[in-house]
Amino acid sequence: MSLWEYANPRKFMALSGRVLPWAWGLAAALCGVGLVWGFFFTPEDFRMGHSVKIIYLHVPSAFLAINAWFMMLVASLIWLIRRHHVSALAARAAAPVGLVMTVVALATGAIWGKPMWGTYWEWDPRLTAFLILALFYLGYIALWSAVESPDGAADLTAILCLVGTVFAVVSRYAAQFWNQGLHQGASLSLDAEENISDVFWQPLVLTMAGFVALFVALVLVRTRTELRRRRLQALTVQAQAA
Amino acid sequence: MIGLVRRDLTLALRAGGGAGLALVFFLTFVTLTALGVGPRADVLAPVAPGILWLGAVLACLLSLDRLFALDAEDGTLDLLLTAPLPAEGTAAAKAAAHWLTTGAPLTVAAPVLAPLLFLPGPAVPWLVASLALGTPALSMIGTFGAALTVGLKRGSLLLSLLVLPLCIPTLVFGADVVRRAAAGLDPSTPLALLGAVTLAALAGLPFAAAAALRINLR
Repeated sequence: MSLWEYANPRKFMALSGRVLPWAWGLAAALCGVGLVWGFFFTPEDFRMGHSVKIIYLHVPSAFLAINAWFMMLVASLIWLIRRHHVSALAARAAAPVGLVMTVVALATGAIWGKPMWGTYWEWDPRLTAFLILALFYLGYIALWSAVESPDGAADLTAILCLVGTVFAVVSRYAAQFWNQGLHQGASLSLDAEENISDVFWQPLVLTMAGFVALFVALVLVRTRTELRRRRLQALTVQAQAA
Repeated sequence: MIGLVRRDLTLALRAGGGAGLALVFFLTFVTLTALGVGPRADVLAPVAPGILWLGAVLACLLSLDRLFALDAEDGTLDLLLTAPLPAEGTAAAKAAAHWLTTGAPLTVAAPVLAPLLFLPGPAVPWLVASLALGTPALSMIGTFGAALTVGLKRGSLLLSLLVLPLCIPTLVFGADVVRRAAAGLDPSTPLALLGAVTLAALAGLPFAAAAALRINLR
């Protein structure tokens, strides 16, 4: 019994079918509790007022925007090394979700930035890095849809994902070098001395976990759809041949 | 490998426009910028470093979609990949030929174009140095992008979408060298970072480009 057994599409379908309702349920429960707690039962920040509450959408989506890319990186590596189709399809399924998360993070950031910083947009390093990340997602998705042969597309996008990761990280530091920003330093690190107050921290952790569950659920659904589409194509070809 | 570089160079020069085209594009771009932004020195001088570097990036992008496409169409690329020269060597040679026909002429021509945008005199040597260090990375990144999209029918728009984000670090550091030099600051830090990006690109991307070529011609 090893993890690689689930590279078999049939086993993956069986397992993901069983996991999926739990992932949806967990996502709904955690997001629901976290968001309601965050929106209605936390005090207002003494400087930011009630606008602080958008943090419960902004931080989880930003967190996932980056980690979705890393999930794609791992899935691409597994595809390149072990040639498991489920892995390639999971990377493909994660990309649009990651892109949406990036856009949500940028949009909520703009909405939050207007009352706090007095501007929707500023060429702050983190904002710039997220814009660049969105460009990388767009390029990745565009390459997937442009290449006709399914395996070729999986290979090419996997290589793009590897190269893109390096360049995205370098771009992030380049942006930091290029312009000093408005964002504070890290305020959620586990080892930092000064973090945000526990009052905000606890519901935030819930929403972050909820967003992760939501991401898992969405990626599973999309991967299953993709597997079924492949199966349908194979059946159509068989039927035409017969 | 040297033979391949020489062949590509000859093709580019004889076919007309190969090397000159990028230069003419650069000149046109600078002219259009001046026309669009306005002719005053106090407007043009602050944006000159960025405009010159942007022109270099776009000029490099210009000839990328033909980098492998012609060879792929007439079958030369298949032969090159079956030749004793590894695909990594082919990719590196293509990038070198591309640089010699775009990046190198631009580097040489930049000091002539810089005064058109009122770039301060002391910054001009740094502009040349940053272009000389940075444009090889642009050619290498472009070769990788061209290798990814070589099999596609309508690849050129996708190619720019893929290549331009990868050019960001080079553009940021390259333009910063010139900006700092123009402001009278010490530009050696971004210059070192620019060199680092170029070296990393030259070391790693031939392998990625070769892998993409093998997949596309499988």
